[in-house]
Amino acid sequence: MTSLLFCGPKLSACLLVLSIWAVIMMAMLGIFFSTHSALLLEDVPFTEEDIHDEQTALQNIHRLFNQVGYNCFIAAAIYVVVGFVSFCQVRLNKRNEYLVH
Amino acid sequence: MGSLFRSEEMCMAQLFLQSASAYDCIRELGELGLVEFRDLNPSVNAFQRKFVTEIKKCEEMERILVYLLREIKKADIALPEGEVNPSAPLPKHVMGIMEQLQRLELELSEVTRNKEKLQKNLLEMTEYTHMLRITRHFVQRSAERDTAQTQYEEFPVLERESVMDYTSMQRLGAKLGFISGLISRVKLEAFERMLWRVCKGYTILSYGEIEETLEEPVNGEPTRTVVFLISYWGDQIGQKVKKICDCYHCHLYPYPTSNDERAIVKDGLHTRIQDLHTVLQRTEEYLHQVLNNASESVFIWMIQVRKMKAIYHVLNLCSFDVTNKCLIAEVWCPVNDLPTLRRTLEDASRKSGATVPSFVNRIPSNDTPPTLIRTNKFTSGFQNIVDAYGVGSYREVNPAPYTIITFPFLFAVMFGDLGHGTLMALFALWMVLYENDRKLKKTRNEFWNTFFEGRYIILMMGMFSVYTGIIYNDCFSKSLNVFGSGWSVKAMFKNDSFLLNMTHTHSFLTLDPNTKGVFNGPYPLGIDPIWNLASNRLTFLNSYKMKMSVIIGIVHMTFGVILGVFNHLHFGRKFNIILVFLPELLFLLCLFGYLGFMILFKWAAFTAQDSSRAPSILIHFINMFLFNTQGDSSQTPLYTGQGYERVRRSSEEDISLMRAYDLEEGSSLESHSSSSDGQSEEFDFADVFLHQSIHTIEFCLGCVSNTASYLRLWALSLAHAQLSEVLWSMVMRVGLRVDTTLGVLLLVPVFGLFAVLTVFILLVMEGLSAFLHALRLHWVEFQNKFYSGAGTKFSPFAFAFLHTSFENDGLL
Repeated sequence: MTSLLFCGPKLSACLLVLSIWAVIMMAMLGIFFSTHSALLLEDVPFTEEDIHDEQTALQNIHRLFNQVGYNCFIAAAIYVVVGFVSFCQVRLNKRNEYLVH
Repeated sequence: MGSLFRSEEMCMAQLFLQSASAYDCIRELGELGLVEFRDLNPSVNAFQRKFVTEIKKCEEMERILVYLLREIKKADIALPEGEVNPSAPLPKHVMGIMEQLQRLELELSEVTRNKEKLQKNLLEMTEYTHMLRITRHFVQRSAERDTAQTQYEEFPVLERESVMDYTSMQRLGAKLGFISGLISRVKLEAFERMLWRVCKGYTILSYGEIEETLEEPVNGEPTRTVVFLISYWGDQIGQKVKKICDCYHCHLYPYPTSNDERAIVKDGLHTRIQDLHTVLQRTEEYLHQVLNNASESVFIWMIQVRKMKAIYHVLNLCSFDVTNKCLIAEVWCPVNDLPTLRRTLEDASRKSGATVPSFVNRIPSNDTPPTLIRTNKFTSGFQNIVDAYGVGSYREVNPAPYTIITFPFLFAVMFGDLGHGTLMALFALWMVLYENDRKLKKTRNEFWNTFFEGRYIILMMGMFSVYTGIIYNDCFSKSLNVFGSGWSVKAMFKNDSFLLNMTHTHSFLTLDPNTKGVFNGPYPLGIDPIWNLASNRLTFLNSYKMKMSVIIGIVHMTFGVILGVFNHLHFGRKFNIILVFLPELLFLLCLFGYLGFMILFKWAAFTAQDSSRAPSILIHFINMFLFNTQGDSSQTPLYTGQGYERVRRSSEEDISLMRAYDLEEGSSLESHSSSSDGQSEEFDFADVFLHQSIHTIEFCLGCVSNTASYLRLWALSLAHAQLSEVLWSMVMRVGLRVDTTLGVLLLVPVFGLFAVLTVFILLVMEGLSAFLHALRLHWVEFQNKFYSGAGTKFSPFAFAFLHTSFENDGLL
């Protein structure tokens, strides 16, 4: 069975820290997008037609907000997987450190 | 108990040490690290000092220990991990250690020599085996061809590359000789050419390369070698060939005459090689065992020998008194530690069994003592950055305790971002929580060590940045709307200021705070989040940050001037308070304090209704200097009665400066004449006048330039905010704006890129930049109001400082 270790100790630690940060930040961004925070308006991909149509302009914007929010949540989920993998790598590296060469 | 406010009181003391117990006393002092020894024999060079033989002995032992440590490290034996602190050995134990070390060295060198000899033997055997194997091919070829060419035996053909059989050449009457051996590959071509030139074709060289590389025993490098076989006619040619082989450092081996002989020799070699391998293995095991046994004690001995050497160095600094039975040492000692010093000397004398105890005697001295400020692991970082500018003069006010708060605060003003501050604080918190982890403490990386030493500073900086991030309402360039904005766009629509079609025709709309319901009061904490969406955000923030920087600067500098009072009081120069402190304070407050007052007054007195007629502070400030009371009638006064105030203030500051001049000289003259009975120096009026006028000009011009210098607080915070915004809009927005189904997968690497760039550009680069500028503000603008920093640091004789040099030698 080939070794499951493909990251060194430093790379796996960096990935773990990055994943934790990403999960927290992506989750919060997802929440803020889902509550339609006005300050994030420029990050939402709305176009001219969305605004022009006066009846449904608000629904369009809200729909786009929700969509970006879901994107953020999915990204957070992907980072949970990455974090888990890097945590396993960290543990494997620690175990190798105790082996006598 | 030390205090951070000013350095401790030091005194010069004389130690009278009995010769018998001197070593023990110094040893105890070294463990405690109490005092700094002065050199009483500065004119004596190192070889003429009293204890030079003992130091030579120590160095001999150190040499053996270094050799042993290197061998241990080469054999990959781990050194003991624990924190050991053995005390320095008594002189009677030293001989024992010396004997053991010499024995170990002898044994080790013998074993190593044997090993090398065995390895050389092994190499020779291996080369011989290779040679036999390869030259067999040369011989075999000739045996085959022999059968095909029986009719040409009489006339041997030279151009054939194979070697002639011995028997055929005998018939021609010439003697055929063979020389075989090995030569390194790189020399082969030159060797061949030399042979051809010298022997003029009477030799034939055949060679074959050995596939595996052989290791040279001398330096262990793998070299490629080639087996060669030279056949020659005639004795003289043989001598020449032998000489050439010697020149090229070939390893020659006897060439077997027949196949049977070859087989016998080969078998013999084979068995001998096997034996040698076994013997070598045993030797290595024995060596390993010896080193293992030694490693436990070698480490301890190393520290002990180092301590002993340090003690003898200190003993060399002392001088003998007339009776030659007592050593006298002069030390700087903190006054608070004198009882401890006495007690230590008594204990040490008692332990060494001396009849007369050693004692300490305090003596007065005219030299400036060194500066000692006791710090703990938290305050030492801040004290270090103050000392980097200059160690404080003896008993001068220490700026470090205030730096603990003002430095992180000024850093945070330039760095203010909630998200970045949190990251920085978390990083520092990790370092602080794991500060006792040995791996973190002992890494050799310079950058890491710098960050690790300053972990408490970084923690404070991060926490303060979180606070200023809340005030600036900036988190990764986005504002947080916690309390609900004070501005309402709906009210503009309700009052018919905005019409619905304006959203299609206008790209920018202005909210008017004078309209009812638009502005509902200021945001409770920080900048209102609606400014994040405003296009004139920078216009508003710039004005706010500039005024804030100037106010912070004036407060900081005033504080510095006030700190100078403590110095004047302490050094007994009371007249300086009236002549230096008061004019300085008056000048600073009348000009720049007034500027600060105008800023605060304008913020308080003028509202949105008056905004069209609000006066410009800068114009008023300039008019004050130009005495331009009637000047611009368009400029409304800031407050009633402003004209008179301006005149009064500016004249006040002129008067104060002139008073400063005259009274300074007058009073200096008095004080100098009164104390001149004991002093030999004269009072030089011109000197004092020059010095004071330079100081006055420096202070006045410095005030203006230093106040402007504090504007870097605004500049760096602007740069940080803009960098943060650019990073978000150019990196993160790209990932967020994709609306395809695969767009979510783009968001994952985009965030990774955003994180990496945030760390390297915004945290590391901007962090270092803000750190540097905050440091400069402290060193120049704050400290030149009161700090001279011309002292020397107290460096006591302590064994704790030896350990660091031990690791730096690369032996650990």
